[in-house]
Amino acid sequence: MDKTVRFRVRLKDNVADVKIMIFHPMETGYRRDKNSKEIIPQHFIHTVNIAHNGEQIMQVHWSRSVSKNPYLNFRVLSASEGDEVTIAWNDNMGQSGVGKAIIS
Amino acid sequence: MNPTKERRVFLHSAMALISSLLLPSTVFSRWDANAYNKIDITDSIFSIGVTNPGDLIEANDAIDISLPEIAENGAIVPITVHSKILDTKRIFVFAEKNPQPLVSDYIISKGVEPFVASRIKMSETAFVHVIVLANGTFYRAARQVKVTIGGCGEE
Repeated sequence: MDKTVRFRVRLKDNVADVKIMIFHPMETGYRRDKNSKEIIPQHFIHTVNIAHNGEQIMQVHWSRSVSKNPYLNFRVLSASEGDEVTIAWNDNMGQSGVGKAIIS
Repeated sequence: MNPTKERRVFLHSAMALISSLLLPSTVFSRWDANAYNKIDITDSIFSIGVTNPGDLIEANDAIDISLPEIAENGAIVPITVHSKILDTKRIFVFAEKNPQPLVSDYIISKGVEPFVASRIKMSETAFVHVIVLANGTFYRAARQVKVTIGGCGEE
């Protein structure tokens, strides 16, 4: 499992409040490198797929306008202790990452 | 096949058919570069499937948006959206004055609440539009955010 995704999950009344943070630069393509003054190329996550016990429940599409190290909070219904929440992200440079949390 | 089993199989498939008709399915799709490259808010709104701006239903009461009135740092503007519209399938976020206004699209199934929170960049003071797709209809709510330092060229 890679370390690009950090989870915080809280279960209350069968609803799991899931907060994730993905470590990613989310470069807009408008910034210049401080030293070289070169434009830093666009580099951003465009898709995040979210599954609950293996079944896809949500899909996220993002632009470069999402902040660096994206934070996302969503709420999974019909959740119980021991359930698995997984996320998989893909960016415009062909990089990807996955994360998994067990609801407790 | 004995009659009882036959009947059971029939009932089972009939029930599966009925539930598939009752449950509106969620359609996950590929990220559409075209929509995210539009530079004008109106084109951007058209790109998500709105064919006539007059078809957008203003729904400031049914879409709860939490945004700061003043954002000192445009690089990190926290946004929370909660749709109270039944059968919400997609939640789109636009920052009107950003170089490309479409910021995000959340495609949700029955397995999640019609709720999302994240952090966005805003280049300057502008309206943030949230468009919800529910039952084939587009609903909109908008809120203005005053941005002190823009967040597209900065860290």
